[in-house]
Amino acid sequence: MFDLDRWNEIFETIRKNKLRTFLTGLSVASGIFILVILLGIGEGMRNGIAREFEQDASNLIFVFPGVTSKEYKGLNPGRPIQFKNQDYDQLLRLYGDKLDKSASLYQKWGQVITYGKESGSYQIFGSFPAYQELENHTLTSGRYININDLDRSEKIMVIGQRIKLDLFKDKDPVGEYLQVSGITFKVVGVFTDPGGEREESRAVIPITTAQKAFGGGNDISNLYFTLNPEENFDASVAASTQFSEELSEFLKARHTVAPDDNSAIHINNSLENAKRFFTLMDMIKYFFWGVGICTIIAGVVGVSNIMLIIVKERTREIGVRKALGAQPLSIIGMVLHESIFVTAIAGFLGLIFSLALLEFVGPMIETQYIYNPTVNFTVAINTVLILVVAGAVAGFFPAWRAARIKPIIALRDE
Amino acid sequence: MINISNLHKSYKMGANSLHVLKGIDFKVAEGELVSIMGSSGSGKSTLLNILGMLDEADEGSYILDGVQIKNLSEKQAAKYRNKFLGFIFQSFNLISYKSALDNVALPLYYQGLPRAERMDKAMSYLEKVGLAKWAGHLPNELSGGQKQRVAIARALASDPKVLLADEPTGALDTKTSYEVMDLIQKINDEGRTILVVTHEHDIAQMTKRIVNLKDGLIIEDTLVSQVRAIENV
Repeated sequence: MFDLDRWNEIFETIRKNKLRTFLTGLSVASGIFILVILLGIGEGMRNGIAREFEQDASNLIFVFPGVTSKEYKGLNPGRPIQFKNQDYDQLLRLYGDKLDKSASLYQKWGQVITYGKESGSYQIFGSFPAYQELENHTLTSGRYININDLDRSEKIMVIGQRIKLDLFKDKDPVGEYLQVSGITFKVVGVFTDPGGEREESRAVIPITTAQKAFGGGNDISNLYFTLNPEENFDASVAASTQFSEELSEFLKARHTVAPDDNSAIHINNSLENAKRFFTLMDMIKYFFWGVGICTIIAGVVGVSNIMLIIVKERTREIGVRKALGAQPLSIIGMVLHESIFVTAIAGFLGLIFSLALLEFVGPMIETQYIYNPTVNFTVAINTVLILVVAGAVAGFFPAWRAARIKPIIALRDE
Repeated sequence: MINISNLHKSYKMGANSLHVLKGIDFKVAEGELVSIMGSSGSGKSTLLNILGMLDEADEGSYILDGVQIKNLSEKQAAKYRNKFLGFIFQSFNLISYKSALDNVALPLYYQGLPRAERMDKAMSYLEKVGLAKWAGHLPNELSGGQKQRVAIARALASDPKVLLADEPTGALDTKTSYEVMDLIQKINDEGRTILVVTHEHDIAQMTKRIVNLKDGLIIEDTLVSQVRAIENV
């Protein structure tokens, strides 16, 4: 490997066959190039999807009611389900120790909010302080609703960035008063939501206030839960799935819904969705690996072919070497070494070129599902290993053939 | 030096078997210069190949410098070839992309000599054949006679017991042939054993002993009074 003479010989043969070596190298280089670019895009897609899931707490379980579709215990199908405060309280009593955060929500759509001469139609969500984390709300000024506000049914409001821009323009809304259906609310804070404008045209008030002010009684619209984190992703998914099932059973029993009726109670488990997406991403990643490896195999076959031709061309020379005392192992070494060298150099060029492309062009890609395509160090190391193995494989058969050349046949005068 | 007895060799050609050597008994003492003659098909090349360990006999024994040559692994054969034998070919068989010096140094490379020592030694052999000035030239920049002299230097480089020359002058004109034979005679004068396969009578006359082969058997084995090549140049 570190034999200077061996290197000399390799350089001599390469110098003698520049074009052939270049074309061979090109096939390997493009194989590696394609592999790395594909892996980069795969990583980019993963990042893109991960970013999509950042909008809400990633382990969020979201429950909303629907309409029964099956007759059960004498009740007709088509009956809408209405969650009550008691449902939520009972759930907290049963699962309180498992839950990380939870909130129930009472929502009113299309409420006209007025400030002075400005007004607009927005959604008003009555909820709990935990709603801030569950929806990933970030305060830009003021504060969020707190438990005291709920206890005292305070008429206060945290508004989304969109409402602030619509109604207050550049003015600081904290401490100002708003009118909703003749009721006055004091603005205590402004939030932004990574979900974008749609989720920022909302106002959050204490759920107690909402139920009283908008005639909700003890009705609630949705439930939100997050579970305490588990050791790893899979354990979290398992816990989350189990909780969703128990939740579904509990609510179905409570609202007299047939156990197999799936339209009455909807449970949206982000973690399960996320897992599905990440599994899909993994599949795509493996597929990319597969395609990339196949491309490299094509390159390797190319190198192998070329090496076979080289061996064929050098049959006589190999015969001479053997007559002069070259041992089979040294002939194998000679061919293998050249093959590994050519694939390694070409592969490195492909690797460097593709990494450079990802580095400089990657950050410019701004689509929804591809974000910051990169290849990490481990992958780079893996591809390098693949290269060396590929070179060895490519060289092996030609080398084997070279070693088996009989000098007597090689030296026969044509 | 060489002791062959009852050597048989046949080649399979499909269903037929071609019996090429039909029991050769042959001895060569150290320092001899022997020519092996015969028409094509007489088995002289096969004999040389077996002597050169490039091929193996079916039957009979071959003892080279006291070593029994039989059932060698490829590795062993390579080692013995390097140690005992120097080859000179009709078509020179120099490696085209290596300089004259590198070509001569090649057997030494396979002996595992360090580079500097190798180059020194190769250079001294090139000097011996009178081509020191051409050390850096590639084979295709040399004339036929020069190429054969480089090949002779290469054959000598590993200091072998026996030189095997297969039609060494077959590709050369008469004048150059004689120059090459002159060199071979001089090397023989130093005591090295040399076998020359040839079908040219004038070349055979320049050796000390002529062995005539016909149909796989030695039909004639005579000592001749050597004609010095230098007188004919």
